[in-house]
Amino acid sequence: MSSSTSVQAPPTVRSSDERRLPWYHLIFTGLAGLLVAVAVLAIFDALSVASAIMLGFGLHLLFGWGYSLLREGPRWAMDRLMTLLVIGAFAISMFPLLSLLWEVISRGLTRAIAAKPTPFSFWSEDMSGIIGGADAGGVFHAIVGTLLITLWASIISIPVGLFTAIFLVEYADQGWKRTLGRGVTFLVDVMTGIPSIVAGLFGLALFIAFMPDQSVRMGIMGAVALSLLMIPTVVRNSEEMLRLVPMDLREASYALGVPKWLTIVKVVLRTAIAGLTTGITLAIARVIGETAPLLLTVGMVTSVNWNMFDGRMATLPTFINQQYRNGNANCMNETVTNPVNQEVYACSITTNIDRAWAAAFTLIVIVMVLNIAARLVSHYFSPKLSR
Amino acid sequence: MSTTDLESDSPAPQTSSMRGSGRRVGDSVFSYLSVGSGLLIFLTLAAVAIFLTSESMPAVIASQEFSGTSEFSLIEVTLPLVYGTVLASAIALVIAIPISIGIALFISHFAPRRLASGLGYMIDLLAAVPSVVYGLWGGIWLVPKLEPVYVFLNTYFGWIPLFAGEPTAPMRNLASASVVLAVMVLPIITAVSREVFLQTPRLQEEAALALGATRWETIRTVVLPFGRGGVVAASMLGLGRALGETMAVLMILAPGATFSLHILEVGRHNSIAANIASKQAEASGVDMSLLIFTGLVLFVLTFIINALARWIVARSGPKS
Repeated sequence: MSSSTSVQAPPTVRSSDERRLPWYHLIFTGLAGLLVAVAVLAIFDALSVASAIMLGFGLHLLFGWGYSLLREGPRWAMDRLMTLLVIGAFAISMFPLLSLLWEVISRGLTRAIAAKPTPFSFWSEDMSGIIGGADAGGVFHAIVGTLLITLWASIISIPVGLFTAIFLVEYADQGWKRTLGRGVTFLVDVMTGIPSIVAGLFGLALFIAFMPDQSVRMGIMGAVALSLLMIPTVVRNSEEMLRLVPMDLREASYALGVPKWLTIVKVVLRTAIAGLTTGITLAIARVIGETAPLLLTVGMVTSVNWNMFDGRMATLPTFINQQYRNGNANCMNETVTNPVNQEVYACSITTNIDRAWAAAFTLIVIVMVLNIAARLVSHYFSPKLSR
Repeated sequence: MSTTDLESDSPAPQTSSMRGSGRRVGDSVFSYLSVGSGLLIFLTLAAVAIFLTSESMPAVIASQEFSGTSEFSLIEVTLPLVYGTVLASAIALVIAIPISIGIALFISHFAPRRLASGLGYMIDLLAAVPSVVYGLWGGIWLVPKLEPVYVFLNTYFGWIPLFAGEPTAPMRNLASASVVLAVMVLPIITAVSREVFLQTPRLQEEAALALGATRWETIRTVVLPFGRGGVVAASMLGLGRALGETMAVLMILAPGATFSLHILEVGRHNSIAANIASKQAEASGVDMSLLIFTGLVLFVLTFIINALARWIVARSGPKS
């Protein structure tokens, strides 16, 4: 471990002071810690993998520190202890990510593949007529809603965000525009910090102030609320990318007599296109999983609604929340009959929770695909500015 | 757009007047569009403030403080929610800050250079997971797993007020919500701290190493003092995120409205955001404007926290 610093500690100055141990001594102390932990836990009859690892790590800190103190002296012992602590911090943070992904895949993917009545129908069915513990239904309506609302949020946010970024980089350089630019930068920072629920309240308050019906909920309200969260992300990501474009390119273009706006379109934006795509994709990935604003503004339905301007819509995040809230179902009989098309389904107590996991899997796949696509675009298509 | 395109593409010198006008039209359209977008940001935030205020006015007018009737009291409704929100976020930060600094140091100074960016990406993945999935995972998987920990804390550390009281299963208490909140703010604090740590002047670090300092001593004497402002700002940004987080709290916490310190007890606390989300479906009229009023309070709260964070960043910026 200690050998990977860029500047090597000089070879021993005083042999009593510098007796660095090779890293594999950590394995010995680690094993000792684990063994003692297992023994202690077995005596107290509380042995489990998680508790053994936790206690073992704690003991390893102690053993590693003590061993190093004896063999290397207090300064290196402290170094070793901190190295272990820092690695431990990273391991702890990986634990929720891995366990969450594992749970979502093992519970969600299974349910999505083994969906009834036909495999994979989870992604092509909606929830109309699915009552009680019926082991059927799917998220087609929610996928449609999520994609539509995100599309509209993007239609609102991307032009506004992009032009604001262009304003900040290309126009806000002198006079009153400079002052305006400072104000806009500050407000974009403020917008970044707006809690998602407040964005939802804004979407709601904006529409119920003008609508006669106080209980109005529709897709466009959700799109407006989401764009409030999306605009600042688009602005900041794009601004960063536009500032990376070298001034030389702009000046070369001006020298050829190209007007400013054409320079922006054909030189600046074209140079930054990969970065812009990445930034915008990441912004979409950020809002596509937002729940709270949609909970307030679009409500919930059981079937597909393609109209953004009329009636409630289902979305994946709110669907997960709703199914989770429903909790365990009651199973009075072996089967449940669909009142709409008279189909008969098996009854399952955990059907709601299973659907929530499968929808969570679907949502995570969408978000991860967007994230990975963004990274790939920036990796393969960004111009090589520095030769 | 297409006409101006044609004009500016035409090379003949005799069209120079047309080119000039096309240039002016294109330029002014573009200039207006971008300045307009900047102004739109102003308008949007003004609209947020105006609509939240105007829609919450009915509740303010009808409240005990203003009308004198004892229908409901703004302070009595809002204050327990603010308390719950702040307490949950504070505990989340206490958990998240040390771990985040550890991760940031691990990625910036301990991990092999080749692995560092990949590890950073793993942390970014934590930020990409939607909050509703965290809520689902926390509510179904994590809460039962935390139960033995809470029983242990309650039995042996019950003399600390925080862990006192009578926790009952399922442990849908403030502590569980805080743990999930901590996981959610971790990537934010880590990302900002990592950036700051990486900006430490290379020469200072190498000077410390050349004087024979161990890696930890280098970090303690050079990297941490340099990054202190950044870490504080990162923590405030994390706090802003935790204050406004809805779903994790909504899906995990069994709500209550007390000023209890006992974070292990169920049904004692609630947060502003979760309260809005759980009550909005049935609310209308004055109830709705009361919810919007609490939202306004949350907005102001996060605004102050974030402004403070930016101010710290700006103040510690020039020195770096």
